[in-house]
Amino acid sequence: MSDSGAKQDLAIEVFDLTVAYRDKPVLWDIDLEVPEGVLMAVVGPNGAGKTTMMKSLLGLIKPAAGQVRIFGKPYAEVRSEVGYVPQRGTVDWDFPTTVIDVVMMGAYANLGWFKRPGRKEHEAALHALDRVGMKPFADRQISQLSGGQQQRVFLARALLQDARLYLMDEPFQGVDATTERAIIDILREMRKEGKTVIVVHHDLQTVPEYFDWVTLLNVRRIASGPVEDVFTEDNLRLAYGGKIAFITGQNHDHPEVVEAMEGKEEV
Amino acid sequence: MSDILRLLITDYTLRTVALGATVLGVTSGALGAFAVLRRQALLGDAVSHATLPGIALAFLLTQSKAPLVLLVGAAIAGWLGTLLVLAVVNNTRIKEDAALGLILSVFFGGGLVLLTLIQKMPIATQAGLDKFLFGQAAALVESDVIAMAVLAVPTLLLTALFWKEFKLLSFDPEYGATLGFKMRTMDILLTSLIVIAIVIGLQTVGVVLMSAMIVAPGAAARQWTDRLSVMVILSALFGAVSGVTGAVISSTMAHLPTGPTIVLVVSVIVVISLAFAPNRGLVWSYLRERRNRSRMRLEAVLGNMGLMARQHGQQTVGHTSSAIGAMSGGRIGIDARLRDLEQDKLVVQDSDGLWALTERGNQKAAEIMQRGVTE
Repeated sequence: MSDSGAKQDLAIEVFDLTVAYRDKPVLWDIDLEVPEGVLMAVVGPNGAGKTTMMKSLLGLIKPAAGQVRIFGKPYAEVRSEVGYVPQRGTVDWDFPTTVIDVVMMGAYANLGWFKRPGRKEHEAALHALDRVGMKPFADRQISQLSGGQQQRVFLARALLQDARLYLMDEPFQGVDATTERAIIDILREMRKEGKTVIVVHHDLQTVPEYFDWVTLLNVRRIASGPVEDVFTEDNLRLAYGGKIAFITGQNHDHPEVVEAMEGKEEV
Repeated sequence: MSDILRLLITDYTLRTVALGATVLGVTSGALGAFAVLRRQALLGDAVSHATLPGIALAFLLTQSKAPLVLLVGAAIAGWLGTLLVLAVVNNTRIKEDAALGLILSVFFGGGLVLLTLIQKMPIATQAGLDKFLFGQAAALVESDVIAMAVLAVPTLLLTALFWKEFKLLSFDPEYGATLGFKMRTMDILLTSLIVIAIVIGLQTVGVVLMSAMIVAPGAAARQWTDRLSVMVILSALFGAVSGVTGAVISSTMAHLPTGPTIVLVVSVIVVISLAFAPNRGLVWSYLRERRNRSRMRLEAVLGNMGLMARQHGQQTVGHTSSAIGAMSGGRIGIDARLRDLEQDKLVVQDSDGLWALTERGNQKAAEIMQRGVTE
């Protein structure tokens, strides 16, 4: 990987990434190139390895084989350039803490070991909350939030990191319309600022509207590229195993998906 | 009571006992709060039982009863037990609860066998190690309290120092790892501190019941607050109060083992907290639910009367209470509900005993029906 000079404008490069739980492959031989500045959706049926791929990019899961380069470097060297928004179901929302406290966790990396967040971090956290429309909730106990509000708190926490690359795991999962709008607005702002955002996404219908780049995944990489080239009926059929219904809109270049049934059941 | 207070100030033994119990209560309370939040309560139970063979082996190897020697033995065994639980979970298909049960019983059984062997040895008839089973606060001497403090002070200091990291670990460890914090190391550190907190209490509370001092103060403290810092401090306070109360009671009465006494005291705190803490307390949520339910029943009656009035085209048409009751899911209690509504001037009863909505009641009914549509 010495040709980093030629690939300066790539946010993510993945080579031959393979991840297995015990003897079962979850990701198989993934190659991926994501240019900087795109808004990319990762789609695929349940058990396709979407979350696993995000976690491997973040070094949270050790791959059985393969390499990941972020901005041309190993993840450990550019960690501070990468922001992560985990699925909101992964934490205990009954934890005794407030909204602003959770958001300030986004500043922990800059603080380093031992130092506690102070006034500056508090201000920054309030600003981030304002961007997601949650400023009035700053002192709320987190157990009092709705699902959409929880999601926006997680987003604000990531915004505080002011990263160049963001990885978001299903930020639209089960959120209300206000939250979906707020998240989309922020994603577009981020793109304007030249940031790269990768989003695990479930709603195939909104892919062409929200994103400009897409990766279709089902253990293997089915396709990856600009939405207008890659988000085709054939590719979707490959990813979802044919259990999918389409109507092709007359004035559209890409098929409109009306119904996406879940893929093969995970064992 | 004042006698005990005077004794606390003047009596050397009692003062030592109280001091030791404070040290143990504060440490187990503070660290136990984290154990509760991380759902590691059962780990505390396994660790405390797993310390027993460590105590026995430390005595067998050194022939010493010095508190620090025995406690170090206990800590090593407790720590080994924790590592074994992790190893079993990670490398076999056995789940965590079964692994905890396995390690707990194997270590505790081994410890009991060693203890019996020691008691049969001619040199050690007076080893007194059996006090580690149920705890004996009255036997605490100054050197014990010093040994406890030597372990407790760095434990509490480290907890304060790594506050932000422990919070991250307890709330969202994966996110913490993406921020560059060594979450595995933090996990090992926090678990080790919990092991030390358990070890500190062994002599006073005993291996059998020590886990209660890890779980109970934290569980009680969680009821009263929604802030981690307040929860940890409150938990330490509950630990200290129950530790001192239990230890003093047991050491002023002959043959009363300390561990069970302390656990009884902390249980009282837990019961009070579960029942009466604001917001989370069972009593309050029961009352809240009852209030909500009766309000909803009244609203249902009001809404149905609105519906009936609308069918008749005017609010003033009266209906019998049984007709209203039949619409509102049963006649039982319908009269009482109508009287309640009458008190709020939402309905009136005419001279024929028929019930109709008042002007205010009509408005309220319209609101309720509207809400039923939009929600």
